[in-house]
Amino acid sequence: MSVLDILVYPDERLRQVSAPVQAFDGALQEKIDVLEATRLAGPGAVGIAAPQTGWFERVMIVDVSGRKKTASHGHLILVNPEITEWEGWVMGREGCLSVPDYTGNVLRAEKIHLEAFDRDGNPLSFDMEGFEARAIQHELDHLDGLLFLDRLVSRRQDLFRRKNYK
Amino acid sequence: MANWYMLTLVGRDRPGIVARVTSALFEAGCNLGETSMIRLGDNFTVMMLVRSEADESGLRAALAPVLEDLALVLHVDPASGERHPRPVPDVRILVHGADRTGIVSQVTARAADAGLNILDLESDVGGSDEEPIYILQIEGVATRGVEAIESALAPLQADGVKVDVQPIDTMIG
Repeated sequence: MSVLDILVYPDERLRQVSAPVQAFDGALQEKIDVLEATRLAGPGAVGIAAPQTGWFERVMIVDVSGRKKTASHGHLILVNPEITEWEGWVMGREGCLSVPDYTGNVLRAEKIHLEAFDRDGNPLSFDMEGFEARAIQHELDHLDGLLFLDRLVSRRQDLFRRKNYK
Repeated sequence: MANWYMLTLVGRDRPGIVARVTSALFEAGCNLGETSMIRLGDNFTVMMLVRSEADESGLRAALAPVLEDLALVLHVDPASGERHPRPVPDVRILVHGADRTGIVSQVTARAADAGLNILDLESDVGGSDEEPIYILQIEGVATRGVEAIESALAPLQADGVKVDVQPIDTMIG
């Protein structure tokens, strides 16, 4: 399957707010397949949002199931996603297919409740936390024209959660 | 032809150092690459990659008025400044305890033996004059795994320093 070019910052199109999907038709299915192929062709990305490929509708894919010791709901294709609850804050390191060769610290909600539709238009609902919740928040930002660069926190801040020796 | 230089500037901290130095370089047609600028004690230290058509004497001439006004010492070396793939750190080490000699050397020697490649290290002295504390923060690449570093540093706890070794999980999305 062909893959799409990833838009790379400072491309202004990444600033665009994407529109809700209106029809769960065959065209949508084809676009989702190409989006997933594009994610898999990239360097180890656990998620991708449609606008990163120049498709400005509210579609994203997240899959953190390949990571050890990571709570996961598996491979998720999410249409018109919306976070309806947030709880707690946690610092973590992020990078982005659209921002090559740079990683930085970002504060995200530790736990979220997510509402969305699957690729066929069936409603989905998840409680998520940790790495998966971070991936969701990062991709959802793309749908609103935001990048992790907009949320950077200094590397020189000691806000990582401590893991202490016993 | 433009070349890259590593410029090191050090002097007593005062407001305006960064603005004056970088303005002088900009006016001389230089281009800044990656930089580190930080206060150490009551000194201000600047290290920066600078791309310039001028040679070392030209750079010194461009900065001469600023160096004199602000009493800064300048060191210039030819350097490689081209864009390069950046290693992604996967471990973070936080150490603190009562200030004493040898903390940095003990931590870094043990960590190096356990495969740590340091990308970023900063250390501070805080606390009171009577009982200063030392705070050391390191980020790097654990070439033999985070657990190897954790094991290597754990014995230092017995020497009265607090050591946390945390993986850095970078989420690429």
